[in-house]
Amino acid sequence: MSVDIETVKKIARLSRIAVSDAEAEALLPELNNILGWVEQLGEVDVSGVEPTAAVIPNRLRLREDEVTHGDRREDVLSNAPAREDGFFGVPKVIE
Amino acid sequence: MTESNYRIQGATGEWEVVIGLEVHAQITSQSKLFSGSATEFGNEPNTQVSLVDAAMPGMLPVPNMECIRQAVRTGLAINAAINSYSRFDRKNYFYADLPQGYQISQLYHPIVGEGTIEVQVDEKDPDSPVRSIGIERIHVEQDAGKLMHDQHPTMSYVDLNRCGVALMEIVSRPDMRSPGEAGAYVKKLRSILRYVGSCDGNMEQGSMRADVNVSVRKPGEEFGTRTETKNVNSIRFLQQVVEYEARRQVDLIEDGGTVEQETRLFDPNKGETRSMRSKEDAHDYRYFPDPDLLPVELEDSFIEECRASLPELPDAKRARYEKELGVSAYNAAVLTADKETADWFEAVLGAGAKPKPASNWLLSELFGALNKRDLTLAESPVSAQQAAELLGLIDDGTISGKIAKDVFEIMLETGDPPAKIVEEKGLKQESDTGAIEAVIAEVLAANEDKVAEYRGGKDRLFGFFVGQTMKAMQGKANPKVVNELLKKALD
Repeated sequence: MSVDIETVKKIARLSRIAVSDAEAEALLPELNNILGWVEQLGEVDVSGVEPTAAVIPNRLRLREDEVTHGDRREDVLSNAPAREDGFFGVPKVIE
Repeated sequence: MTESNYRIQGATGEWEVVIGLEVHAQITSQSKLFSGSATEFGNEPNTQVSLVDAAMPGMLPVPNMECIRQAVRTGLAINAAINSYSRFDRKNYFYADLPQGYQISQLYHPIVGEGTIEVQVDEKDPDSPVRSIGIERIHVEQDAGKLMHDQHPTMSYVDLNRCGVALMEIVSRPDMRSPGEAGAYVKKLRSILRYVGSCDGNMEQGSMRADVNVSVRKPGEEFGTRTETKNVNSIRFLQQVVEYEARRQVDLIEDGGTVEQETRLFDPNKGETRSMRSKEDAHDYRYFPDPDLLPVELEDSFIEECRASLPELPDAKRARYEKELGVSAYNAAVLTADKETADWFEAVLGAGAKPKPASNWLLSELFGALNKRDLTLAESPVSAQQAAELLGLIDDGTISGKIAKDVFEIMLETGDPPAKIVEEKGLKQESDTGAIEAVIAEVLAANEDKVAEYRGGKDRLFGFFVGQTMKAMQGKANPKVVNELLKKALD
């Protein structure tokens, strides 16, 4: 499997990463190298092998339904570039 | 299952509408799906946000057992297959209401598989057709935050209190064929969720909202291309969306156009849907299994505990009211639609009332009085216990049904127990045959001409004598006894 320059630009756009045409050109062989490397896994016959969810035998841990966090608005908002009346402020997003 | 006869009239003939719904139901829980912050509605913005919800680096999600339990219970309530193995996936997209940059959902292995809901198309008519609506799946996922666009000229405001709250997405099959059926399906689903206690079904607060998939076709033909109208938050709007979209699509096709598979928004002010005109990228979610979360593996014993914890559900309750309690089909349907109503009715029975008269009284007298005062059942000034006492007084002949209406009015005003009102106001019904016979004798003596007419064959004068007797006794005579004694005296 390999990707073309359009796919590189699309992935960048979906990831909200600004990539110039020159950068995209440079990324293309890099990404294809990575894909080629990962693709080697396809050479192993895994028919009949259960997918591995975790490398150590572990069960999903669940919580009790209790309120243990919250009421730390100042902390939560402290990294926000803009805030207003306890809200995060973001560039207007409306269709 | 009879087919729906709902049709859209087009220039080229009749069209049928095909509807499928994705209902998002907020799971009732104290804390969020993957964090310990509170879910309570209506608090100060961003006060119910943990570092997990704010997607701070290094934070790890830990699922809330109660949310899993409620999803399983809901699945069992719609006779669905429960998947003992399910897992969470990331649905990737960027939006200001989603700090993680992905929503944790279940695409590949949902927790609940196929089920069905039986829906009475017209809830007011127990003889109307019943449709079986297929449920494809229920999966558990996170809600996003709330955006406000009208508070600032250049900024949108973000409140993350709702971000990370657990939702069930309940996906139906495209089994509905009219706005009425779609509305009845959502009502029935809401009723079941409330019985189960897995969602409060409050559409105004957004605890329940629907994505509405609509397509049109000529009856009997293949499905057409569908549109999806997002986030519809009332049953009335849902029906408007179906009507509007069906009409729009028929007109579009008949004018030579084609329906685009797209996401649309409903504008309640105009009663219209419009295209969201998003870039095609919006649907490129690049799902993959969430590496932060191990699969959810459910033990049989856990599923059985969930099953055992279910209350009697509306369909079973309705059948029992009809078959075992002898309540009419209509009354049984209305009483069981809401769990609150059924609970109230059963409390009245628990306090000793007989089912049939109690059901009639509840639906006519009590509901009438509450409607008039704009009160909910929970706000009723008369308790179930008092209602049973009132019904008991009618049943044992202490007061007539007519007098009971007056007593009930006084109960509503004063909150006094009915026996006290009857005693104080001297409303007790006269059943003593001697006293009634004496009055009847007076009435007949005063109306000798009418007695002669009656005996001459004018049967309908009987009502006149009943009326005169009741009047003479200020309405307090036992009507049954009056009837019997009058018959004896006249015939």
